[in-house]
Amino acid sequence: MSLLEVSGLSVEFDTPEGVVRAVTDLNFKVDNGTTLAIVGESGSGKSQAVFSLMGLLAHNGRASGSVKMEGEEMLGRSYAEMNRIRANKISMIFQDPMTSLNPYMRISDQMAEVLVCHKGMSRTDAIRDSIEMLDAVKIPSAKERIRMYPHEFSGGMRQRVMIAMSLLCRPRLLIADEPTTALDVTIQAQIMRLLGEIQRELGTAIILITHDLGVVAGHSDEILVMYGGRVMEMASTGELYRSPAHPYTQGLLTAVPRLDHDDESLTTIPGTPPNMMELPKGCPFSERCQYCRERCLEAIPVLTPLAHHDRHLKACFATAGALR
Amino acid sequence: MRIDDLKVYFNVSPQGAMPWTKHHTLKAIDGVSFELEGGETLGIVGESGCGKSTLARAITRMVPVESGEVVFLGSDLLKLDKQALREHRKRIQMVFQDPLASLNPRMTVGEIIAEPLKTHFPTLSASEVKEAVREVMSKVGLLSNLINRYPHEFSGGQCQRIGIARALILKPKLIICDEPVSALDVSIQAQVINLLKQLQDEMELALIFIAHDLSVVKHISTRILVLYLGNMVELADSADLYAQPQHPYTQALISAVPIPDPEIEKTRELILIEGDLPSPTSPPSGCVFHTRCPHVSERCINERPKLRNVNRGHSVACHLVL
Repeated sequence: MSLLEVSGLSVEFDTPEGVVRAVTDLNFKVDNGTTLAIVGESGSGKSQAVFSLMGLLAHNGRASGSVKMEGEEMLGRSYAEMNRIRANKISMIFQDPMTSLNPYMRISDQMAEVLVCHKGMSRTDAIRDSIEMLDAVKIPSAKERIRMYPHEFSGGMRQRVMIAMSLLCRPRLLIADEPTTALDVTIQAQIMRLLGEIQRELGTAIILITHDLGVVAGHSDEILVMYGGRVMEMASTGELYRSPAHPYTQGLLTAVPRLDHDDESLTTIPGTPPNMMELPKGCPFSERCQYCRERCLEAIPVLTPLAHHDRHLKACFATAGALR
Repeated sequence: MRIDDLKVYFNVSPQGAMPWTKHHTLKAIDGVSFELEGGETLGIVGESGCGKSTLARAITRMVPVESGEVVFLGSDLLKLDKQALREHRKRIQMVFQDPLASLNPRMTVGEIIAEPLKTHFPTLSASEVKEAVREVMSKVGLLSNLINRYPHEFSGGQCQRIGIARALILKPKLIICDEPVSALDVSIQAQVINLLKQLQDEMELALIFIAHDLSVVKHISTRILVLYLGNMVELADSADLYAQPQHPYTQALISAVPIPDPEIEKTRELILIEGDLPSPTSPPSGCVFHTRCPHVSERCINERPKLRNVNRGHSVACHLVL
């Protein structure tokens, strides 16, 4: 049994302009100690998909389908039940470490709160454990720094505090929503390495959400590419980079500026990311796809395995030969 | 354009300061010099807090400058009075990082793009202005029927095109782009970079392109300047810099950029620099990078390295580079 099994997950929002489908029919599994990367542009539904796992959807959002964590159904649980699962089984780190820490509270109070609430520890014990965890994420002189406020830390350090906080209850699954987007490249490299080390030590499974295919190349086992709320392609990391099968994945890969290649001009994907209110009738990517045929405008392609590879799936009508 | 030993200092109050306490001096830019030819692109790279944006603002005189020279088309911008500066500002324009925040939400796209033209040439007739706006909109790939829309109706990439159109309408000689693509999606980043490049060729623009990511500037720059805590660390031709980075900081920056290929990514050796940027109010003694440098020696702690020419057009500020 996998740690997390998501099947047929859809997320909808009621808005004054009508119902918006942010995520449609998402299926994936995460095993213990592995990393799944969800890649997509802004508005592709990647964040809403994981928010629904955590029960963090906005009040006008609805999730349907099934999300099983160690065999237990997670959707449709009450707030109190979700609170028991959060932190103990799943925890999350967010994109902007400044806005996700409380500026009025010392780091010690924010971190201890987690343990006091979820584990019923005494404050003294909770702070002792928090200092240990800050040491583990390599914050220098953690004992003194735990007394500080978030604004006294740099961006990279704040993200380390967030990671330490999310690991306090030793969750089985850590969801990282664009953990390095707000950081410098040098700090990004530090944080990504830290996540890798933690995973090896604690055996935590990680869902890594990003828009940058560069970041996940060395740090994931499986990749799921999303566009317009649907999965476009899914494969193991090596396979996806070696032979990307969907035109969108191919476009994303060539659009990343690379240091190890000398191309004069960058290849681009024309057009703009989709507007979820006005998705095309057929394949969501059809408007921007250079291989778009009549069929793509009429019907939505289903996610199916490639002919020779049952763990490599794509949602595209075009055959492999036509895409070259 | 030539910039000579430019220094920008800010006075900041120390923590818990009383009105009579002495101010600290923050050296935001400490002796930066470079030259820029017409039609050339200079990339400026460094972590946040290294003074990239302050440098851009100092060139346009949006922040007070301590000392130095900014010579643009033969005249020193720092010595000009308000009237003369205004004449010169027509030829230097800026594009900012946050595409939506840099556009006035209560003005239509047409008004935003026309504003510089109306400010500098108030005698133009409405139809002439409109004509110029339409022309520049088509140049940056915006349909001219969008002229009466408001910024919130556009996506990030389109907003950045509006920003570029606004910068282009005065037909400047130099555009300073302050992290123009950092806030955009990867697929849109490439569009904007290609657009800037194409406009540069068409209009013989000089560009100063600021970014924190070396892979982004690579595709557009002829030369690259690496900044660290307001100091010049390395200045070289783009190809040179990537092929043979000399300064340990540049090497670390290049190494930190992930490569979208798991095979390479798993085997390659990372040069990681530890820790964060030191506080610019109390910069380290000697070489400013010595607190994070993997090859630090006694000399680096005591003596500040000067920027030396090591190769044709390649200068480095490091004691260890021979």
